[in-house]
Amino acid sequence: MQFMLLFSRQGKLRLQKWYVPLSDKEKKKITRELVQTVLARKPKMCSFLEWRDLKIVYKRYASLYFCCAIEDQDNELITLEIIHRYVELLDKYFGSVCELDIIFNFEKAYFILDEFLLGGEAQETSKKNVLKAIEQADLLQENFSSQSPHNCLSTP
Amino acid sequence: MPAPIRLRELIRTIRTARTQAEEREMIQKECAAIRSSFREEDNTYRCRNVAKLLYMHMLGYPAHFGQLECLKLIASQKFTDKRIGYLGAMLLLDERQDVHLLMTNCIKNDLNHSTQYVQGLALCTLGCMGSSEMCRDLAGEVEKLLKTSNSYLRKKAALCAVHVIRKVPELMEMFLPATKNLLSEKNHGEILHTSVVLLTEMCERSPDMLSHFRKLVPQLVRILKNLIMSGYSPEHDVSGISDPFLQVRILRLLRILGKGDDDSSEAMNDILAQVATNTETSKNVGNAILYETVLTIMDIKSESGLRVLAINILGRFLLNNDKNIRYVALTSLLKTVQTDHNAVQRHRSTIVDCLKDLDVSIKRRAMELSFALVNGNNIRGMMKELLYFLDSCDPDFKADCASGIFLAAEKYAPSKRWHIDTIMRVLTTAGSYVRDDSVPNLIQLITNSVEMHAYTVQRLYKALLDDISQQPLVQVASWCIGEYGDLLVSGQCEEEEPIQVNDLYVLDVLEGLLVSNLSTPVTRGYSLTAIMKLSTRFSSLNRIKKVVSIYGSSIDVELQQRAVEYNALFKKYDHMRPALLERMPIMEKTATNGPSETVQTNGETDSTILDTKHLPSISQPASQVGFLKHGFSIQTCAHFRHLNNIQPLNVIIPPMTAYNKNGLIIEFTFERSNPNPNIAVITIHATNSTEADMTEFVFQAAVPKTFQLQLLSPSSNVVPAFNQGSVTQVIRVLNPQKVRCYCEPRTHSASDLQCIQAINFYLSCVPGESNPQPCAS
Repeated sequence: MQFMLLFSRQGKLRLQKWYVPLSDKEKKKITRELVQTVLARKPKMCSFLEWRDLKIVYKRYASLYFCCAIEDQDNELITLEIIHRYVELLDKYFGSVCELDIIFNFEKAYFILDEFLLGGEAQETSKKNVLKAIEQADLLQENFSSQSPHNCLSTP
Repeated sequence: MPAPIRLRELIRTIRTARTQAEEREMIQKECAAIRSSFREEDNTYRCRNVAKLLYMHMLGYPAHFGQLECLKLIASQKFTDKRIGYLGAMLLLDERQDVHLLMTNCIKNDLNHSTQYVQGLALCTLGCMGSSEMCRDLAGEVEKLLKTSNSYLRKKAALCAVHVIRKVPELMEMFLPATKNLLSEKNHGEILHTSVVLLTEMCERSPDMLSHFRKLVPQLVRILKNLIMSGYSPEHDVSGISDPFLQVRILRLLRILGKGDDDSSEAMNDILAQVATNTETSKNVGNAILYETVLTIMDIKSESGLRVLAINILGRFLLNNDKNIRYVALTSLLKTVQTDHNAVQRHRSTIVDCLKDLDVSIKRRAMELSFALVNGNNIRGMMKELLYFLDSCDPDFKADCASGIFLAAEKYAPSKRWHIDTIMRVLTTAGSYVRDDSVPNLIQLITNSVEMHAYTVQRLYKALLDDISQQPLVQVASWCIGEYGDLLVSGQCEEEEPIQVNDLYVLDVLEGLLVSNLSTPVTRGYSLTAIMKLSTRFSSLNRIKKVVSIYGSSIDVELQQRAVEYNALFKKYDHMRPALLERMPIMEKTATNGPSETVQTNGETDSTILDTKHLPSISQPASQVGFLKHGFSIQTCAHFRHLNNIQPLNVIIPPMTAYNKNGLIIEFTFERSNPNPNIAVITIHATNSTEADMTEFVFQAAVPKTFQLQLLSPSSNVVPAFNQGSVTQVIRVLNPQKVRCYCEPRTHSASDLQCIQAINFYLSCVPGESNPQPCAS
């Protein structure tokens, strides 16, 4: 996977994960173009499209579009499953996740993503194990912050 | 100074902004606060401030002043700090800036941290955005972690290694020892997925690795088998299928290992068949596995039964309600249609149905596949569907579809009439979308279908009456009317009911094209020339003369030039006009510029046929013939090779004396060979003005490698004295490159002059060029 973008139906970016080195300007340009292209798609169309030399796999969950750019030799159908797995992880973590959860807790969405994918590939295929790791890391964070008088971040 | 506001507080505040300007103001205020906080080197709130900065960065605002702060967070001992610091690094830092290298040391320390979650953070960051320099410095640490027994770290290290290898391929070797036991049973399958990914990466990059890892095929087959056969494992289950992600990765690795290798392919045959037949297809996840299986079967050296199975799976995919599955099927079929053509043919009707799909990507693929499947047997049926598709498809498709139809029609047309009808249909439905090179191709096709001329011109004329907006159609129609207008008015059509039209109407139509705003300059050129040609086919001479003279002052330079030249044809060269405007002969297609004429045309090699037809080549849309410049110098091309009396092309080099010494004179006369104009035929005449006969006269010639030389037998070896006779010999030189040659004949005179005289001269074999320059030495 080269990158993953999450954006709302109004085109607002909620999460961006890049696995290839690009300048800020290029990232903005790609994001703008891709968001436009995907939002222009009609509901009856398939989840795949060719864009530049990449394959784009996207799926809409409620008000959020999950959009991945994969390479030629990658399997589009399994990418849909990867997206679905990530949504399931978010759902389990936040308890019936909605867009607001991701807006207000974007850093946690990133932490979960980084526990599931690394360098664009899945590092753990068991849902339970990913959630367990996140849980442990959150505990670690709390332990640290409970030692200091100033709470920098609140945990859910 | 009050504590900086919390992250969630800020998010809430920013979201209350009603306009972009209001939001910008809030952000600027907050950024200022953050900046001063950074300046004060506040350790306590740094984390909070960077988090806020990351939020604002996501909204699109600049955040580069936080880069160094991220580095400070990474260096902190607090886990919270590190978490946000590493996140910030991944979002804000960029390997093109040297700043990122400052991370290297921190990452190195954290890779050796006592807490695995800290190590995990470091591995994740390195594996996501590590630059080549960082990878080089830290590869050793990654390799160490790849060998640890902690599976949480081992799987991250594997993917991190993948990233390192991508950035610095030379380092691949150092990870080889660590891969030894990656797939072994002892690992409880926890690191299998990432191990397979790492192995895949190594095999893709290095043929040596590939051969080395081929021995893993049986192990991979075993693991896959266990996945399919084993009981329910809720942890890794997706809709009843065990760990589909791992299955797909294994299938992909098997594909790479089995490609081009008989033994490996055989070893995986059974398991592939098993996966292909046993996988549940009701959900996307099952189909994902089947898809990967099909790709693998098609790529390795599988037996034919397996291949047919694969194509049938794709055929079933085509019938699936899920359009994603249909899309994937069409893409895969497109890849295999060349190699497994017959198998794919069986699914032709389903593929053709996909032309009617609503999804643009599916339609495009179905169209490409349909064209690949057209053959002599199904051409009529397929063409019906494709023409229907052309009618209703999006404009984006029309150009490609039209070109495809032309190509297919040319290859498989069952009859000339069908071919012309098909072309007419394309021109009338998608006439403005056909490619520029279609027009000359069509003209050539029509010219060569001699028996269809009357039918064609009639249909084109009728099409013009309906619609003159589609330029390619109009251009082809004008050209035809110009050529075959006589057939049109004489009502000679056999194929269908001949229409009643007289020359005045036809001229009306053509003149209409000239004045219409819809006509492009190229089209106007076609019309004017067509009108001119009709001057020899119709009797309305005065009218045509009038039209031509009007355009002599046209603003369009091209049109003006033509009109002026045609005028000149009327005034000064009227005797040549009939011959010049005669019917075009059958054309042969050349590879480069479209139609060009053959050397012999109906046996009229002596005639003065110069055709004023404008045959646009692919590069130039307008005409190129500027023939009527004072004295008929022909500027175009190689098109008109049989033009004899205007400038004899057969003889382009006058005879020359190549050698004149010591009484021996050798003369060369040149001719161009018929039928191959690339061969120059040189006849040498040797005469001897001395008192003694020259015996044992041998003429030899040496040429560079670009030439081929054929020396025919000389008439005699003896050159008689006192010019009483001559020795003649024919040399044929083939100069396919049309390169200047340098020829060096050697003559041995049997008299006491045992000298070898080298004669230098140039042979120019480029048509139309003037004399060679001999320089005897």
